[in-house]
Amino acid sequence: MTVSTLMTEEKPDRGIKLTERQTRARRARSIAIAVALGVLVVLFYIVTLVKGPAVLVRPL
Amino acid sequence: MSVTISHAEPSIAGVGDYIELMKPRVMSLVVFTALVGMLVAPGRLHPVIGFVALLCIAVGAGAAGALNMWYDADIDGRMARTAARPIPAGRIAPGEALAFGLTLAAFSVVLLGLIVNIVAAALLATTIAFYVLVYTMWLKRRTPQNIVIGGAAGALPPMIGWAAATGGISIEPVLLFLIIFFWTPPHFWALSLYRADDYARAGVPMLSVVAGPAATRLQILGYALILPPLGILPWLLGYTGAVYGAVAAAAGAAFLLLALRLHGEQRGFVASKQLFAFSILYLFLVFAALLADHMSSALFGHFAA
Repeated sequence: MTVSTLMTEEKPDRGIKLTERQTRARRARSIAIAVALGVLVVLFYIVTLVKGPAVLVRPL
Repeated sequence: MSVTISHAEPSIAGVGDYIELMKPRVMSLVVFTALVGMLVAPGRLHPVIGFVALLCIAVGAGAAGALNMWYDADIDGRMARTAARPIPAGRIAPGEALAFGLTLAAFSVVLLGLIVNIVAAALLATTIAFYVLVYTMWLKRRTPQNIVIGGAAGALPPMIGWAAATGGISIEPVLLFLIIFFWTPPHFWALSLYRADDYARAGVPMLSVVAGPAATRLQILGYALILPPLGILPWLLGYTGAVYGAVAAAAGAAFLLLALRLHGEQRGFVASKQLFAFSILYLFLVFAALLADHMSSALFGHFAA
Protein backbone atom coordinates (compact mmCIF):
# COMPACT_ATOMS: atom_id res chain seq x y z
CA MET A 1 0.00 0.00 0.00
CA THR A 2 1.53 3.30 -1.03
CA VAL A 3 1.51 6.50 0.96
CA SER A 4 -0.81 8.20 -1.49
CA THR A 5 -3.33 5.37 -1.16
CA LEU A 6 -3.22 5.73 2.63
CA MET A 7 -3.85 9.45 2.41
CA THR A 8 -6.78 9.18 0.07
CA GLU A 9 -8.41 6.20 1.77
CA GLU A 10 -11.60 7.27 3.53
CA LYS A 11 -12.12 6.08 7.06
CA PRO A 12 -15.63 5.03 8.03
CA ASP A 13 -17.29 7.85 9.96
CA ARG A 14 -18.29 6.40 13.31
CA GLY A 15 -19.11 9.70 15.04
CA ILE A 16 -22.53 10.80 16.17
CA LYS A 17 -24.56 12.24 13.33
CA LEU A 18 -26.97 14.90 14.51
CA THR A 19 -30.42 14.94 13.03
CA GLU A 20 -31.82 18.14 11.57
CA ARG A 21 -33.86 18.74 14.75
CA GLN A 22 -30.86 18.15 17.03
CA THR A 23 -28.72 20.54 14.98
CA ARG A 24 -31.36 23.25 15.11
CA ALA A 25 -31.82 22.78 18.88
CA ARG A 26 -28.05 22.95 19.48
CA ARG A 27 -27.76 26.10 17.39
CA ALA A 28 -30.63 27.75 19.30
CA ARG A 29 -29.01 26.83 22.65
CA SER A 30 -25.64 28.17 21.49
CA ILE A 31 -27.20 31.47 20.43
CA ALA A 32 -29.04 31.74 23.76
CA ILE A 33 -25.81 31.16 25.71
CA ALA A 34 -24.01 33.77 23.57
CA VAL A 35 -26.80 36.31 24.14
CA ALA A 36 -26.80 35.60 27.91
CA LEU A 37 -23.02 36.09 28.08
CA GLY A 38 -23.26 39.30 26.04
CA VAL A 39 -25.98 40.65 28.35
CA LEU A 40 -23.84 39.83 31.39
CA VAL A 41 -20.82 41.65 29.92
CA VAL A 42 -22.94 44.77 29.32
CA LEU A 43 -24.57 44.44 32.76
CA PHE A 44 -21.23 44.14 34.59
CA TYR A 45 -19.91 47.13 32.67
CA ILE A 46 -22.93 49.29 33.60
CA VAL A 47 -22.86 48.11 37.24
CA THR A 48 -19.17 49.05 37.45
CA LEU A 49 -19.98 52.54 36.14
CA VAL A 50 -22.92 52.93 38.53
CA LYS A 51 -21.07 51.76 41.62
CA GLY A 52 -17.87 53.59 40.74
CA PRO A 53 -15.04 52.97 43.21
CA ALA A 54 -17.59 51.35 45.53
CA VAL A 55 -17.54 48.33 43.24
CA LEU A 56 -14.39 47.27 45.14
CA VAL A 57 -16.11 47.55 48.52
CA ARG A 58 -17.21 44.11 49.55
CA PRO A 59 -19.58 43.80 52.50
CA LEU A 60 -18.41 40.20 53.02
CA MET B 1 -15.05 -6.52 35.15
CA SER B 2 -16.62 -4.91 32.16
CA VAL B 3 -17.17 -1.24 31.75
CA THR B 4 -20.10 -0.09 29.69
CA ILE B 5 -19.91 3.37 28.25
CA SER B 6 -23.27 4.64 27.19
CA HIS B 7 -23.67 7.63 24.98
CA ALA B 8 -26.72 9.73 25.70
CA GLU B 9 -28.82 10.70 22.72
CA PRO B 10 -27.86 14.24 21.60
CA SER B 11 -30.22 16.74 23.17
CA ILE B 12 -33.25 18.09 21.37
CA ALA B 13 -33.95 20.60 24.14
CA GLY B 14 -34.72 24.04 22.82
CA VAL B 15 -34.34 27.34 24.63
CA GLY B 16 -38.05 27.21 25.53
CA ASP B 17 -37.55 23.93 27.38
CA TYR B 18 -34.95 25.52 29.66
CA ILE B 19 -37.24 28.50 30.22
CA GLU B 20 -40.07 26.07 31.11
CA LEU B 21 -37.69 24.40 33.58
CA MET B 22 -37.53 27.73 35.44
CA LYS B 23 -41.33 27.79 35.99
CA PRO B 24 -41.90 31.23 34.43
CA ARG B 25 -45.43 31.68 35.87
CA VAL B 26 -44.23 31.10 39.43
CA MET B 27 -41.24 33.30 38.65
CA SER B 28 -43.48 36.18 37.52
CA LEU B 29 -45.32 36.14 40.88
CA VAL B 30 -42.00 35.99 42.73
CA VAL B 31 -40.63 38.94 40.75
CA PHE B 32 -43.81 40.96 41.27
CA THR B 33 -43.92 40.47 45.07
CA ALA B 34 -40.15 41.10 45.34
CA LEU B 35 -40.54 44.28 43.26
CA VAL B 36 -43.28 45.54 45.57
CA GLY B 37 -41.16 44.70 48.63
CA MET B 38 -38.26 46.61 47.08
CA LEU B 39 -40.28 49.68 46.06
CA VAL B 40 -42.19 50.15 49.32
CA ALA B 41 -38.97 49.87 51.36
CA PRO B 42 -37.64 53.15 52.74
CA GLY B 43 -34.15 52.86 51.25
CA ARG B 44 -33.15 54.40 47.93
CA LEU B 45 -31.77 51.92 45.46
CA HIS B 46 -30.17 52.90 42.15
CA PRO B 47 -32.44 51.64 39.32
CA VAL B 48 -29.64 49.57 37.78
CA ILE B 49 -28.83 47.91 41.12
CA GLY B 50 -32.56 47.39 41.66
CA PHE B 51 -32.79 45.74 38.23
CA VAL B 52 -29.85 43.46 39.06
CA ALA B 53 -31.50 42.54 42.37
CA LEU B 54 -34.73 41.60 40.58
CA LEU B 55 -32.81 39.67 37.92
CA CYS B 56 -31.00 37.69 40.62
CA ILE B 57 -34.26 36.98 42.47
CA ALA B 58 -35.90 35.85 39.19
CA VAL B 59 -32.96 33.62 38.27
CA GLY B 60 -32.80 32.25 41.83
CA ALA B 61 -36.51 31.39 41.66
CA GLY B 62 -35.89 29.77 38.27
CA ALA B 63 -33.04 27.73 39.75
CA ALA B 64 -35.32 26.50 42.53
CA GLY B 65 -37.93 25.57 39.90
CA ALA B 66 -35.37 23.65 37.82
CA LEU B 67 -34.08 21.75 40.88
CA ASN B 68 -37.68 20.96 41.87
CA MET B 69 -38.39 19.57 38.39
CA TRP B 70 -35.16 17.54 38.52
CA TYR B 71 -36.09 15.90 41.83
CA ASP B 72 -39.81 15.48 41.05
CA ALA B 73 -39.42 14.16 37.48
CA ASP B 74 -40.78 10.74 38.52
CA ILE B 75 -44.01 12.06 40.06
CA ASP B 76 -44.37 14.76 37.38
CA GLY B 77 -44.50 11.97 34.79
CA ARG B 78 -47.47 10.37 36.58
CA MET B 79 -49.56 13.54 36.77
CA ALA B 80 -51.58 14.82 33.79
CA ARG B 81 -50.87 18.45 34.78
CA THR B 82 -47.08 17.97 34.74
CA ALA B 83 -46.44 15.02 32.40
CA ALA B 84 -45.47 17.32 29.51
CA ARG B 85 -42.70 19.05 31.51
CA PRO B 86 -39.28 18.86 29.83
CA ILE B 87 -37.77 16.05 31.96
CA PRO B 88 -40.67 13.54 32.06
CA ALA B 89 -41.34 14.27 28.37
CA GLY B 90 -37.70 13.31 27.63
CA ARG B 91 -36.58 16.63 26.15
CA ILE B 92 -34.08 17.41 28.91
CA ALA B 93 -31.96 14.80 30.73
CA PRO B 94 -32.23 14.92 34.57
CA GLY B 95 -28.50 15.56 34.93
CA GLU B 96 -28.72 18.56 32.61
CA ALA B 97 -31.56 20.04 34.68
CA LEU B 98 -29.58 19.47 37.89
CA ALA B 99 -26.49 21.19 36.49
CA PHE B 100 -28.63 24.02 35.09
CA GLY B 101 -30.38 24.57 38.43
CA LEU B 102 -27.22 24.43 40.55
CA THR B 103 -25.37 26.82 38.22
CA LEU B 104 -28.20 29.35 38.24
CA ALA B 105 -28.62 29.08 42.01
CA ALA B 106 -24.94 29.69 42.73
CA PHE B 107 -24.71 32.46 40.14
CA SER B 108 -27.79 34.36 41.35
CA VAL B 109 -26.83 34.22 45.04
CA VAL B 110 -23.18 35.23 44.50
CA LEU B 111 -24.14 38.05 42.13
CA LEU B 112 -26.78 39.39 44.54
CA GLY B 113 -24.22 39.31 47.37
CA LEU B 114 -21.50 41.04 45.37
CA ILE B 115 -23.61 43.70 43.64
CA VAL B 116 -26.48 44.37 46.06
CA ASN B 117 -25.93 43.21 49.65
CA ILE B 118 -25.22 40.15 51.74
CA VAL B 119 -28.56 40.10 53.63
CA ALA B 120 -30.55 39.87 50.38
CA ALA B 121 -28.16 37.17 49.09
CA ALA B 122 -28.51 35.16 52.30
CA LEU B 123 -32.31 35.38 52.08
CA LEU B 124 -32.25 34.27 48.43
CA ALA B 125 -30.01 31.32 49.31
CA THR B 126 -32.38 30.44 52.16
CA THR B 127 -35.38 30.62 49.79
CA ILE B 128 -33.78 28.30 47.23
CA ALA B 129 -32.55 25.86 49.89
CA PHE B 130 -35.92 25.86 51.66
CA TYR B 131 -37.86 25.20 48.46
CA VAL B 132 -35.55 22.45 47.22
CA LEU B 133 -34.36 20.74 50.42
CA VAL B 134 -37.22 21.31 52.86
CA TYR B 135 -40.28 21.41 50.58
CA THR B 136 -39.33 19.30 47.53
CA MET B 137 -37.02 16.68 49.05
CA TRP B 138 -38.30 16.40 52.60
CA LEU B 139 -41.95 17.40 53.01
CA LYS B 140 -43.72 17.05 49.65
CA ARG B 141 -43.90 13.24 49.65
CA ARG B 142 -44.21 12.81 53.41
CA THR B 143 -46.90 15.04 54.89
CA PRO B 144 -50.15 16.77 53.91
CA GLN B 145 -48.71 19.86 55.62
CA ASN B 146 -46.10 20.00 52.82
CA ILE B 147 -47.33 23.23 51.26
CA VAL B 148 -48.09 24.86 54.62
CA ILE B 149 -44.46 24.72 55.73
CA GLY B 150 -43.02 24.79 52.21
CA GLY B 151 -45.05 27.93 51.56
CA ALA B 152 -42.42 29.87 53.48
CA ALA B 153 -40.17 29.68 50.42
CA GLY B 154 -42.77 31.40 48.24
CA ALA B 155 -43.40 34.01 50.94
CA LEU B 156 -39.79 35.17 51.21
CA PRO B 157 -39.39 37.21 47.94
CA PRO B 158 -40.90 40.49 49.32
CA MET B 159 -38.43 40.21 52.20
CA ILE B 160 -35.57 39.75 49.72
CA GLY B 161 -36.74 42.83 47.81
CA TRP B 162 -36.96 44.83 51.04
CA ALA B 163 -33.52 43.62 52.16
CA ALA B 164 -32.07 44.54 48.74
CA ALA B 165 -33.27 48.14 49.23
CA THR B 166 -32.47 48.56 52.93
CA GLY B 167 -29.82 45.97 53.79
CA GLY B 168 -32.01 44.65 56.61
CA ILE B 169 -35.46 43.40 57.62
CA SER B 170 -38.21 45.03 59.68
CA ILE B 171 -41.86 44.43 60.64
CA GLU B 172 -43.38 45.54 57.27
CA PRO B 173 -41.74 42.84 55.10
CA VAL B 174 -42.58 40.30 57.81
CA LEU B 175 -46.26 41.26 57.35
CA LEU B 176 -45.91 40.73 53.58
CA PHE B 177 -44.31 37.36 54.32
CA LEU B 178 -47.23 36.40 56.55
CA ILE B 179 -49.82 37.39 53.92
CA ILE B 180 -48.26 35.09 51.31
CA PHE B 181 -47.59 32.37 53.90
CA PHE B 182 -51.26 32.19 54.93
CA TRP B 183 -52.42 32.64 51.32
CA THR B 184 -50.48 29.57 50.08
CA PRO B 185 -52.45 26.71 51.72
CA PRO B 186 -55.95 27.75 50.52
CA HIS B 187 -54.48 28.53 47.07
CA PHE B 188 -52.92 25.08 46.61
CA TRP B 189 -55.61 23.14 48.43
CA ALA B 190 -58.27 24.66 46.15
CA LEU B 191 -56.22 23.32 43.22
CA SER B 192 -55.69 19.96 44.91
CA LEU B 193 -59.45 19.49 45.33
CA TYR B 194 -60.02 19.20 41.59
CA ARG B 195 -56.64 17.53 40.96
CA ALA B 196 -56.92 14.98 43.77
CA ASP B 197 -56.83 12.01 41.35
CA ASP B 198 -53.61 13.31 39.85
CA TYR B 199 -51.94 13.70 43.25
CA ALA B 200 -53.19 10.27 44.39
CA ARG B 201 -51.77 8.65 41.24
CA ALA B 202 -48.42 10.29 41.89
CA GLY B 203 -48.46 9.29 45.56
CA VAL B 204 -48.25 12.88 46.80
CA PRO B 205 -50.04 13.10 50.18
CA MET B 206 -51.96 16.30 49.52
CA LEU B 207 -54.60 17.10 52.13
CA SER B 208 -57.43 16.36 49.67
CA VAL B 209 -55.97 12.87 49.10
CA VAL B 210 -55.13 12.01 52.70
CA ALA B 211 -57.97 13.67 54.63
CA GLY B 212 -60.62 13.95 51.90
CA PRO B 213 -62.47 16.89 50.30
CA ALA B 214 -64.61 17.81 53.36
CA ALA B 215 -61.61 18.20 55.69
CA THR B 216 -59.75 20.14 52.99
CA ARG B 217 -62.67 22.56 52.52
CA LEU B 218 -62.80 23.10 56.29
CA GLN B 219 -59.07 23.83 56.49
CA ILE B 220 -59.34 26.20 53.50
CA LEU B 221 -62.08 28.05 55.39
CA GLY B 222 -59.83 28.26 58.45
CA TYR B 223 -57.06 29.91 56.45
CA ALA B 224 -59.61 32.12 54.67
CA LEU B 225 -60.64 33.44 58.09
CA ILE B 226 -57.05 34.32 58.99
CA LEU B 227 -55.99 35.81 55.64
CA PRO B 228 -58.33 38.87 55.32
CA PRO B 229 -57.39 40.36 58.75
CA LEU B 230 -53.72 39.75 57.92
CA GLY B 231 -54.26 41.51 54.58
CA ILE B 232 -55.48 44.70 56.23
CA LEU B 233 -52.90 44.61 59.04
CA PRO B 234 -50.40 46.86 57.18
CA TRP B 235 -53.14 49.53 57.09
CA LEU B 236 -54.26 48.93 60.71
CA LEU B 237 -50.66 49.33 61.88
CA GLY B 238 -50.36 52.58 59.96
CA TYR B 239 -47.87 51.46 57.32
CA THR B 240 -50.24 52.18 54.42
CA GLY B 241 -53.09 54.55 53.53
CA ALA B 242 -56.84 53.94 53.41
CA VAL B 243 -56.76 53.02 49.67
CA TYR B 244 -54.74 49.93 50.45
CA GLY B 245 -56.96 49.16 53.45
CA ALA B 246 -60.12 49.36 51.31
CA VAL B 247 -58.73 47.16 48.52
CA ALA B 248 -57.32 44.59 50.96
CA ALA B 249 -60.64 44.51 52.91
CA ALA B 250 -62.75 44.09 49.74
CA ALA B 251 -60.44 41.41 48.30
CA GLY B 252 -60.33 39.63 51.67
CA ALA B 253 -64.12 39.65 51.92
CA ALA B 254 -64.41 38.16 48.42
CA PHE B 255 -61.83 35.50 49.35
CA LEU B 256 -63.79 34.56 52.48
CA LEU B 257 -67.06 34.49 50.55
CA LEU B 258 -65.62 32.10 47.95
CA ALA B 259 -64.16 29.90 50.72
CA LEU B 260 -67.60 29.79 52.40
CA ARG B 261 -69.21 28.83 49.09
CA LEU B 262 -66.55 26.13 48.65
CA HIS B 263 -67.24 24.85 52.15
CA GLY B 264 -70.88 24.41 51.24
CA GLU B 265 -70.17 22.72 47.89
CA GLN B 266 -71.18 19.07 48.05
CA ARG B 267 -70.22 17.96 44.55
CA GLY B 268 -68.44 19.30 41.52
CA PHE B 269 -65.46 21.60 41.45
CA VAL B 270 -66.89 24.96 40.39
CA ALA B 271 -66.26 26.64 43.74
CA SER B 272 -62.74 25.21 44.12
CA LYS B 273 -61.79 26.39 40.61
CA GLN B 274 -63.26 29.82 41.37
CA LEU B 275 -61.33 30.10 44.63
CA PHE B 276 -58.08 28.96 42.98
CA ALA B 277 -58.46 31.54 40.21
CA PHE B 278 -59.46 34.31 42.63
CA SER B 279 -56.60 33.52 45.02
CA ILE B 280 -54.12 34.56 42.31
CA LEU B 281 -56.09 37.75 41.71
CA TYR B 282 -56.23 38.37 45.49
CA LEU B 283 -52.45 38.31 45.87
CA PHE B 284 -52.02 40.52 42.82
CA LEU B 285 -54.62 43.03 44.09
CA VAL B 286 -53.15 43.25 47.58
CA PHE B 287 -49.60 43.80 46.37
CA ALA B 288 -50.63 46.14 43.54
CA ALA B 289 -52.67 48.19 46.04
CA LEU B 290 -49.69 48.33 48.36
CA LEU B 291 -47.53 49.63 45.54
CA ALA B 292 -50.16 52.14 44.35
CA ASP B 293 -50.68 53.36 47.90
CA HIS B 294 -46.96 53.85 48.41
CA MET B 295 -46.51 55.57 45.04
CA SER B 296 -49.44 57.93 45.59
CA SER B 297 -48.30 58.95 49.09
CA ALA B 298 -44.74 59.48 47.77
CA LEU B 299 -46.15 61.63 44.95
CA PHE B 300 -48.34 63.70 47.31
CA GLY B 301 -45.44 64.05 49.70
CA HIS B 302 -43.28 65.31 46.85
CA PHE B 303 -45.82 67.95 45.81
CA ALA B 304 -46.60 68.95 49.38
CA ALA B 305 -42.89 69.53 50.12
